[in-house]
Amino acid sequence: MPPSEPVPSPEPGGFPAQILAFAEELRAEGLAVGTSELLDAFSALGEVSWTERDAVREALAATLAKSPEDRRIFALIFERFFFRAAEAEAVARDVREDGGVQAANEGEALELDLEDLRRQIAQAMQDGSEGAMRDLARLAIAAFGRQGEGSGVIGVDVQRIRRALGLRSEPQPELPPDDPRAEGLPRDRLRAFEAHLRRELERAMIERTQKLPPARPLSELDRALPSGPLADLAAVHRIVAQLKRRLATQGQEQRGRKRHAHVDVRRTMRASLQTGGVPVELKYRPRRPRRPEIYVLCDVSTSVTSASVFFLSVLHALHDSFRKLRSFVFIERISEVTDVFERERNFKAVAEAIGRDAGVADISGYTDYGRVWREFLEQVEDDLHPRATVIVMGDARTNGRDPRADLFAAVAGKAGRTFWLNPEPRLYWNYGDSVIAAYEQHCQAFECWTTNQLEDFVKALTRPVTGVGA
Amino acid sequence: MTAPPASVGDVGAGLREAGYLPGESTALVAFLAARLGKPVLVEGPAGVGKTELAKALARYLDRRLVRLQCYEGLDEAKALYEWNYRKQLLRIQSGEGAGWDSVQDDIFSADFLLERPLMDAIASEEPVVLLIDEIDKTDQEFEAMLLELLSDFQISIPELGRIDARTRPVVILTSNNTRELTEALKRRCLYLWVDYPDADHELEIVRLHAPELAETVARRLVEVVQMVRALDLKKPPSIAESIDWARALLLLGADSIDADTFRDTLSVIVKHRTDLDTVAERVGVQLADPAGHAPFGARPKP
Repeated sequence: MPPSEPVPSPEPGGFPAQILAFAEELRAEGLAVGTSELLDAFSALGEVSWTERDAVREALAATLAKSPEDRRIFALIFERFFFRAAEAEAVARDVREDGGVQAANEGEALELDLEDLRRQIAQAMQDGSEGAMRDLARLAIAAFGRQGEGSGVIGVDVQRIRRALGLRSEPQPELPPDDPRAEGLPRDRLRAFEAHLRRELERAMIERTQKLPPARPLSELDRALPSGPLADLAAVHRIVAQLKRRLATQGQEQRGRKRHAHVDVRRTMRASLQTGGVPVELKYRPRRPRRPEIYVLCDVSTSVTSASVFFLSVLHALHDSFRKLRSFVFIERISEVTDVFERERNFKAVAEAIGRDAGVADISGYTDYGRVWREFLEQVEDDLHPRATVIVMGDARTNGRDPRADLFAAVAGKAGRTFWLNPEPRLYWNYGDSVIAAYEQHCQAFECWTTNQLEDFVKALTRPVTGVGA
Repeated sequence: MTAPPASVGDVGAGLREAGYLPGESTALVAFLAARLGKPVLVEGPAGVGKTELAKALARYLDRRLVRLQCYEGLDEAKALYEWNYRKQLLRIQSGEGAGWDSVQDDIFSADFLLERPLMDAIASEEPVVLLIDEIDKTDQEFEAMLLELLSDFQISIPELGRIDARTRPVVILTSNNTRELTEALKRRCLYLWVDYPDADHELEIVRLHAPELAETVARRLVEVVQMVRALDLKKPPSIAESIDWARALLLLGADSIDADTFRDTLSVIVKHRTDLDTVAERVGVQLADPAGHAPFGARPKP
C-alpha cells in the first residue's frame, strides 16, 4: 500500500484557498489555468448559490476548463478534490457518519436476503437514481465487504463486490424476465455504481485510518475519453478531417504575406470606371485553393498486425476526406486498393476485402521494402509531382533484405512531401532489422500508433517547411 | 428588459419563454454572461442550437441581435468598419477650392465611416446581443483583432482614435471545433460545451417545436434519432433535424413510425448517401421487426 499522507490541518484562507489548491491540481493535470481564469472563476462564484453543487461546478467549469478534453479532466478532478477536501475536514473535526461499514449488525440481517439486495441494486441502476445507488452501495459493502477483512486494495474490493452481486452488462437469460438484470445492465450505470462503491470504501478507509491516501495524478486510462472500437474509428475520422484542412490551407502563411501582391489590373480598371477613372478599389486575383494529392502506402504484414487495424482505419478515414487519394497496401509486393475503399463504406467489409484479395504476399509473407519501392515507382512514377504528398505507414523492418533507400529517395524526390508513420516506439527504431534511419533522411518520420500521436502528426504538418511546398 | 437577470432560474425560465429549452449548464453560463459581461464561447457539434441560443437570449433580454457570420478570408473591412471611399471622393470633388485641411478633417469623420457588425454592436445606443458565428472558420489574424473588442469593448481606428462601447453587449461566439482556437481568445471568454441532449430533454424540445405531434410518436421519434446518432455516421442528425422530422411527420399525418414511414422520411434526418445506406440497414431492419420494439431504450418503468 502506498504511504498515507497525514491529514492536513484546516488551513487558513478557507474557501478561496481551497479553490486555489483546486486550480493548482488542475494545472498539474495540464490545464492552462491562468490568473485571469482564476479571477473569472471567483467573480463567477460570486454570482451563483454556493449551496448548489451543480451550479458551483458549472460556474468553475465555464471559467477554468475551455475545451471538451479539459472538461472531462475537470469533472474527474472536481469529484476527487472536493471529496478529499470534505473527508480531510471531517477527519480534522472528527465527524463520523452513522451506518456505512460500521453497521456490522445490520450486515448480518442483510446476509439473509442477498438476492433481494441484488435485485434492488439492479433496479436502482436501471432507474439511474443516484441517491438509492449510494445507499445501496453502503449496504453492499456492509454485506460483502466483511469489515476489516477487505483486501486493502480498493479496486480489488470493488470488483469482488460487483461480482458477488452478479451485476453484469451482458444479458443473463437464465434469470426471470422481470429481473432487471436479465437484459443486461447499462454499462454507464454499472460504472456509476462502481464509483459509488469505490467512494464509500475510500470513505470507510479514511475513517478507519484517520489518514488521506496520497493524491495521484490521473492515469492515461482515466484521462482518455471513454471509447470503444467504434469511437476510435470516429476519433480517427475527426483527426483526418483536421488533416484535410491543414493540408488544404498549407502554405497559408506564405500566401498571407503576399496576399496583396497579385492585383488584377483588368478588374481594377473596370471598377475604377465607377469612380471616374480613379482606381479607388483594388481588385485582387482570387486565391487558388490547393488540392492536395495523396499517396498512402500501408504495411499489412504480420509484424505490424496490431497496428494495421489502426492504419486501415486511418486509410478509411482518409478516403472519406480526400477525393484525390490513391492507397496501396504492401507486404512483399504492392497492390492498389483505392477501388476497394471507393466501393465499400463499411470498415469491416473493407478490412475483409483487403485481407482476402489484395494479393500482396508472394511466398514468405515478409515485408520486402526494396521490391515495394520498385513496384510503387513503376506504377506511379509518371503521376508523382511536387504537389503530391506520400504517406508511408510501416515499421521499416526489412527482414534482412536490401532496403533500397535509393529508390525511396527517388520517390521522395519526385513527391512534394513525404511522411513516414511508424507504429513502433522511437526506442525500437534502428534496432534489429529496422532501417528507418536509411529512410528518415528522405522523409519526416513520426511514431504513430494511437489517435493522440496521429493528432501530433497532423499538428506537425502545420509547421512551416522550408524548401518544400509547391 | 435592461436590468441583468437576478438568478439562474430567471434566465432558464426566460429562455424557455423565448422558445429555447436550455440545459442546466447553458442557463447558468448565459446567466453568468449577462451578469459578468463576459463573452461566451459556445462549442459543440453542428445543429445543437448554438446559434439559436444567441437568438433566444436576444429575445429574452429584449435586445437587438447583431450577427457576424465568419468565413475564411473575413477581414476588418467587412467585420469592423470601412471608409466610404466613394463618398469621400465626392466630398473632395464637390469641395474644390476649400482648404485641404478642412477637407481632410471632414472626410475622416464618422459621416464617412461604414459601420460593419462589430462596430455597430459597440456604437449602438441600446445594448445588443452580438453573435459572432463560427469563429473557427476565420484565420488566426482575425481572432487576434477580436481580442481588443472582447476584453475592453473598444475598437481603435487609426484616423479617429479609440471608440468605446456606449453599452455593454452580450457577446456569444460559436465554434464547431474544426480548428483549435487560440489561448488568448479562450482566456477572455466563458466556455460552454453544448452536446446532443439526452432523450427526455430532446423530447421536450421536439414537443415545444411541434406541439401538435402526438406524444407517443414524438417519444418514438426521439428514440429512433438517438439510436441513429449512436451509429458511426458522417453527419449524425442534430436537434434541428429531429424538429424537421417531427414537422414532416406532422404534415404526413403519421400516427406511428413504422418501417415504411421511416424509409420514406429518412432523408430528413440523414443527409449523406453512404449514411442513408447504413441507417436503412441498421435501424430500418429493427423497425421492421415487431419484436425489435424493446431495445429502443424504452425500458419498462417500474
